[in-house]
Amino acid sequence: MASVARPVDRPDTPVVRVSNLRRVFDGRTILDGLDLNIARGEFVALLGRSGSGKSTILRAVAGLDAVVDGSIEVPERRSVLFQDSRLLPWMSVVDNVTLGSYGPGTRERAKAALREVGLGAKEKSWPKTLSGGEQQRVALARSLVRDPELLLADEPFSALDALTRIRMQRLLQELCQRHAPAVLFVTHDVEEALRLADRVVITANGRITYDQPVATARGSPLRVEALRNDILDRLGVSKD
Amino acid sequence: MSLISFTTPSGFLQRRAKPRGQAQARALLPKAPFPAQRLLGPVLILALWYVASGAGWISPAKMPGPDAVIASLAKMVVDGTLAIDVAASLQRAALGLSIGVVSGFILAVVAGLTRLGDALIDGNVQVKRSIPSLALIPLFIIWLGIGETMKVAIIALGTMVPIYINTHAALRGIDRRFVELGQTVSLSRARFLRHIVFPASLPGFFTGLRMAVTHSWTALVVVETINATSGIGFMITQARIYGQTDVVLVGLLLYGVLGFGSDGLVRALERRTLSWRQSLDQ
Repeated sequence: MASVARPVDRPDTPVVRVSNLRRVFDGRTILDGLDLNIARGEFVALLGRSGSGKSTILRAVAGLDAVVDGSIEVPERRSVLFQDSRLLPWMSVVDNVTLGSYGPGTRERAKAALREVGLGAKEKSWPKTLSGGEQQRVALARSLVRDPELLLADEPFSALDALTRIRMQRLLQELCQRHAPAVLFVTHDVEEALRLADRVVITANGRITYDQPVATARGSPLRVEALRNDILDRLGVSKD
Repeated sequence: MSLISFTTPSGFLQRRAKPRGQAQARALLPKAPFPAQRLLGPVLILALWYVASGAGWISPAKMPGPDAVIASLAKMVVDGTLAIDVAASLQRAALGLSIGVVSGFILAVVAGLTRLGDALIDGNVQVKRSIPSLALIPLFIIWLGIGETMKVAIIALGTMVPIYINTHAALRGIDRRFVELGQTVSLSRARFLRHIVFPASLPGFFTGLRMAVTHSWTALVVVETINATSGIGFMITQARIYGQTDVVLVGLLLYGVLGFGSDGLVRALERRTLSWRQSLDQ
């Protein structure tokens, strides 16, 4: 059983502190003493091959894994963005956004969040009448309305078409600049990681094997190219 | 070794190359319904019946024509005997159905959401399911007599089963992804039930409700035919004794209309309540 505690509220302490995370599935060790810290407002992209435990880490941090071992410190206000939009089909868009948030002004904040993702006019629609990209934007609004200190995203754009994906990445970038949550973003898309993240982390064999800041490289195409090659190499995709 | 050569029959390729129109693309779905299309079948049967009896193909003693049946229906409406029997039947069916629906739903929720409930209830309902209501009547007569209580109890017990089975299956089959969502937005158990579990199980409940409504009429026939002093079934039994085929047919007609009408009501309610669904029904 993982112990979950709130970190001490000092600006320099990480907002997420994961240490010695262990998880075994049917005798197979997926996480083997993994450590990971995320600073306040930091965007971390988590890459890795299939089966390397990316989603396992995210689920553990999200509190969805009851049997993971280790210590996890996370902020209380956190949201999860799933690969599917996971909207309740029997609730209108605005009710989906307010799900789990209560108190005065919640509905107004939900409407504001919907306007922020460009869906102010769709608040009364049924989720099934929206396109895939729109549904994922509603899910984004649902995450935002909780004013999260930590946003956990599990390949949220991988099911969208290429153009919608770019639009969603830009939207997420804007929203992150405005709301500044810490983000743990699981993806298998190297370009996406390089475009969005402050830091790229790779898991293999149950541990973090690569941990590199990438935001500073973004001004220089050469440095981005070098990073891309390096990351692809570590993911087992060599150029030659 | 022999060499086999194929010749393509002329026209084969042309057929294959024929452009595929809209009809082809839609072939997997039934065509859009036209207004009141469910009435077409029954109306066709009525027309056939009318023609057959009018032409004298069937003996009026065995099967009077629709006009004779409607005439005796009108007579029974006017002298007030019909109202008494229909009211008695409706009351039994409605009371039995209400008790069956409420108890079936409560049992399904308790068994579906708690382990103890599942252990205590589910096996019993599965056993009850395989015992026909008809077979329970002798026992119920011994316990409850031949009055209204026995009749309502038989209907309630019969309608409870489809409600229970379908609601329970829907509650158990709830999408795990929605459970996870509930966890990530920290829903309380009460809110989780209200916002996720109950709405998710409503389609199953309605399937059960439609079966239960139909069953309530079937059970009604059984209990009214065996021992009653009022009701449509009693009316039919009496008419059989006196050889009034037209009254028997009025009774059957009433059962048909009531069953069809109540199913239509449930469908309408279902469409309203589950308007978020997109399915072939819409």
